[in-house]
Amino acid sequence: MSATKPRDDRRAAWWFLAPVLVGFAVFYGYPAARGVWYSVTDYNMLTTASYVGTENYAKLFADAKFWNSMLVTAWYVVLNIGSQTLLALGVASLMHRLTRSVVLRATLLLPWLVPNVTIGLLWMWLLDTNLGFVNQLLHTFGLGPVGFFTDETWAMPTVAGINTWAYTGYTALLLYAGMLQIPQYLYEGAAIDGAGEWRMFRGITLPLLRPVLALVLVVSMIGSFQIFDTIAVTTKGGPVSATQVIYYFIYQQAFKYFHMGYAAAAAICLALILGVLTAIQMRMLRASRSDLA
Amino acid sequence: MTRRTLRPGRALAWVAMAVFVVVTVFPFWWMIRTALTPAADIYTDNAGLLPEHPTLINFTRVLGLTTEAEARAAGGSGAHINFAGYLWNSVVYCSLIAAVQTLFCAMAGYAFARLRFPGRDLVFGIVIAALMVPPIFTLLPNFIFVKDLGLMSTMAGMVAPTVLMTPFAVFFLRQFFLSLPRDVEEAAILDGNGPWGIFWRIALPMSRGPLITIGLTTTVWAWKDYLWPLLVGRDEENRLVTVALGVFLQQSPNTQPDWTGLMAASTLSVLPVLVLLIFMGKRLVQSLNFTGSK
Repeated sequence: MSATKPRDDRRAAWWFLAPVLVGFAVFYGYPAARGVWYSVTDYNMLTTASYVGTENYAKLFADAKFWNSMLVTAWYVVLNIGSQTLLALGVASLMHRLTRSVVLRATLLLPWLVPNVTIGLLWMWLLDTNLGFVNQLLHTFGLGPVGFFTDETWAMPTVAGINTWAYTGYTALLLYAGMLQIPQYLYEGAAIDGAGEWRMFRGITLPLLRPVLALVLVVSMIGSFQIFDTIAVTTKGGPVSATQVIYYFIYQQAFKYFHMGYAAAAAICLALILGVLTAIQMRMLRASRSDLA
Repeated sequence: MTRRTLRPGRALAWVAMAVFVVVTVFPFWWMIRTALTPAADIYTDNAGLLPEHPTLINFTRVLGLTTEAEARAAGGSGAHINFAGYLWNSVVYCSLIAAVQTLFCAMAGYAFARLRFPGRDLVFGIVIAALMVPPIFTLLPNFIFVKDLGLMSTMAGMVAPTVLMTPFAVFFLRQFFLSLPRDVEEAAILDGNGPWGIFWRIALPMSRGPLITIGLTTTVWAWKDYLWPLLVGRDEENRLVTVALGVFLQQSPNTQPDWTGLMAASTLSVLPVLVLLIFMGKRLVQSLNFTGSK
């Protein structure tokens, strides 16, 4: 078979690729280039754009609101990723040592399938200051009521908690999938040596899970930086600007004030952060693949 | 492993697991319970696990099955609401994106994995580089572009950016096609099949699993989409469930939101994915092994 001359499928190949290449050029390549161009113009959707150089960036770096939104986003990422990863690690190890039940795994996946908008609404109701279930529960213990969304110090932890609730099951299942790749005989051997569950977790699970854990961490961080839906539904950036995350900042600049150029410049800053994270993710993917081979 | 007796540590672990499951499921229970409560009871009937006077009126009124007077009497704000229509829009939106995107990305993935043509790796590299571009960055220019094309408030404008491709789907399916054994395809070449014949008759049928996986994942993400449909599909006739929920909340008075109606609408937005989970749960759970460690 190898005697035949090397195939050249170029005519067929372009037909196979045509829809994807059109989609890529029109909705990824072209807008990316346009986005860069907008960031150096004063475009506002009404008048034609004119070149302003680095003015948008200079304004951005002097804008306290921009820095506040970066800080607020960082605070959210720390709260959300911290709690979510720890909880997910706990749930995944419990599952790994207890059961292989598909029904249980599907149940844990349920919140991940639900739109963030629904989740936001659901928790607005559960956490309602007057009638919400949680405040009623607190009331029976003689506590509260807590204005979960209206109190400046509580608003961000509340939003982070909601998304932790929504994504812990999903994250746990990813980690669990990683744990299943750890050879069972390691645990059996350790058990014969009399190791307890905690020592097995520290000595076997955690070190062998590290590549998967790192990957999951980076992927969830990329998602976490882009929080928008929950905030758009529940707090709208408030109270004051306690939950004014970067995505919401960009959204408001673009679609409330029509500062398209300014918004594009802010989007580029976010893109740079996410680009670095994604590059790390790709590198990890390659590393974990060569490990398996 | 030998069968172990239930040691205290293991029992404690099961208790922790049970607590986690209850915390995961209870909010959904409370959502359905509230949806079944008459709006008039909301101040008095909020302790039990079941409503005292269960009713379906909240569902019928958000589905647009009652007259406006009836809806208002049952606690509605009087604004027109029709979740039957919004659900239908969401189903159309998700099916279109999942079906078309999966097919086109499979074609491209196959070409990148199997066909030989100059510039293949370079083109693939460029497409994959788009994974590094966050959605917000292309969102603004895409919005202006779709607006300039006159596609605002149309289904075409709503599906446009994702219906043809996503870099991830291309990447994922290419990886899969690379792992397919070559000998079947080579036999098909000897039988006189061209690339199209091999793709349709051999490669596609052999990739049912990954195609369903990527199709399901795409469906779930499309079902959750909010920002883009919010910008492009605000109008009543093209509104998706997620956008409609946001509008419903805004129409509801701030002092006392229409919680029973909102929870009925929320329940409706969960129902389709719940059905998906019941019928495809195993597949979805397994898909995480795929996409998680890619």
